[in-house]
Amino acid sequence: MSNCVLTPALKKTAVVVSAEDVWKSYDDETIQVLNGVDFEARAGQTVALCGPSGCGKSTLLHLLGGLDHPTRGRVTVNGKPVGDGQGSLHLLRHEVGFVFQLHNLIADLTLEENCLIPTVAAGTSRSVALERLRQLTERTGLTHRLKHRIQKLSGGERQRTALCRALMNRPRILLADEPTGSLDERTSRQIFDLLLELVATEGITLIMATHDHGLAQKCDRLVEMRDGRICESSLT
Amino acid sequence: MIFLKLILTNLGRHRIRTLISVAGIAFSVAAMLTVVTILQGAVGMFSGLLSADSQILVFERNVSDLFFSSVPDAAVKDIQGWSMVQHANPVLFGVVSSLDHPIITCFGVTPEDARIHDAAWLAGTRSEFGTGANQVVLGERAAEFLNAKVGSKVSIGHGVFSVIGIIRTKNGFEDGGVFMPLRSAQNFFHKEGTSSVLTVKLKSRNDQAAFKSQVKQRYPALIALQDQEFDRSYSQFRILKATAWAVGACGLLLGGLGVANTMIMSVFTRIREIAILRVNGFSNGQIAAMIFGESGVVSLIGTVAGLLIGAAAIVALKLIPALHGYVDADIQPLVVVAVVFLACLTGIAGGLYPAFYAMRIRAVEALRFE
Repeated sequence: MSNCVLTPALKKTAVVVSAEDVWKSYDDETIQVLNGVDFEARAGQTVALCGPSGCGKSTLLHLLGGLDHPTRGRVTVNGKPVGDGQGSLHLLRHEVGFVFQLHNLIADLTLEENCLIPTVAAGTSRSVALERLRQLTERTGLTHRLKHRIQKLSGGERQRTALCRALMNRPRILLADEPTGSLDERTSRQIFDLLLELVATEGITLIMATHDHGLAQKCDRLVEMRDGRICESSLT
Repeated sequence: MIFLKLILTNLGRHRIRTLISVAGIAFSVAAMLTVVTILQGAVGMFSGLLSADSQILVFERNVSDLFFSSVPDAAVKDIQGWSMVQHANPVLFGVVSSLDHPIITCFGVTPEDARIHDAAWLAGTRSEFGTGANQVVLGERAAEFLNAKVGSKVSIGHGVFSVIGIIRTKNGFEDGGVFMPLRSAQNFFHKEGTSSVLTVKLKSRNDQAAFKSQVKQRYPALIALQDQEFDRSYSQFRILKATAWAVGACGLLLGGLGVANTMIMSVFTRIREIAILRVNGFSNGQIAAMIFGESGVVSLIGTVAGLLIGAAAIVALKLIPALHGYVDADIQPLVVVAVVFLACLTGIAGGLYPAFYAMRIRAVEALRFE
């Protein structure tokens, strides 16, 4: 992999997600978003994807999580190619968690109900799901908000809720698209520290798109994208 | 639990829209239940009127309506003499009008006919029936609306008749009718020598096939049908039943369109939410189940409400004095089952396109949707 830079410790861990010569275009190739991206991330690694708006960060995240499919090239998660149908479904239910810039929670449901949605999709038993939710809300400081509707939560609480939801099914990979982009600087740093702490504790691979170089510096690796290509990859 | 919450939450977001859909299904179900029950009751009543104390009806083959049927007196006399026949009573149906009452059913019968024989005589005596000219017996309701009692003179059609008795029967049509001796009725309706039908009771039910065969052989212009066969095959009954179900089905179709409209709006207004569910691992099946769940809840509540409204309407109709005896509206379990089945089908059909649309929502595109 041309863009892979590793610390000695990470060299020993397995590749969990990779993209090989991935191209993505829309509208019959009139809009070219990714132009032959090679990328990989190892177990437990935290990777920041940086670059200007429209450079393809979000598209790459969507491809890595199976939400979209490359026009050309290959994406694998845990050695298996990401495809349509059941494969994608398994990926979204068990291997990948998503956090977005807008929290994307269902406003009319409570924090607890929002977080239980992925477990309903995956068919997890309610008792197991509630125990997992208890652990996560304790660690994110949301226990007292469990029965509150999303409308009653602050921006930071909503993003922490979205983080809890993404981790409910114990995914091995967390894909975060500007997770602190809609928050003020102080809350943004708090949420990001929490994010790093959670992925470190659970051994999760984090791939995060961000404009904030300050946050990106806290990741193991920083990948710069421009015009649908990875132009630079470095250790932080 | 969360799944159900998702369904109910969404219905609760747009309460008025949901209520309108529920009302659409409810009124459709109520209309179907009421119309079908009342028409089935009417058919049952008319069928009972024909089959009073008989098993078989003999009438003219290929007539569209029994009012146009002619059974010759010679055939009546012959059949009455057959060894397998216990009794055979000719009946002539006619429709006459009176002041303020454009339609009065008139029955030309013999004194032995069950209608006269088994009725409760509220006034007058059975033995007087057929003893004089221009005499009639009135059903209880006919006596009411003609404001007549025994001894009164009533104008019916082009004639004036003396009322010699007032009777109460179990049948609303008969209670609203006028009974004349058969010969008088034949003269009055210019149908001398004929009856509309011959109602036959056999000594043994085992002879039914032989009887029908004998009628066919001796009187090719006539047909003999068992009461149940008649109910199934009489075109007027079939038209009535088909009309009732068609009217009800049209109502349900409209209700179904209401559900479909609500569900389509529901999907359109939460494309982003469906995308969130997709990102969190919801399959096509789970998305579709959620949409069908919503349309199912609307249909279920609408159906229950509709059954209650329909039942209340039927009870109310039965309580109206003017309709007493005319509305034999006992709700048949089979009708309820059929209505519920059709309502469920409507709910599913209403959710089909919205579910299909929701299943095609792509998370990546929908998450950009504002």
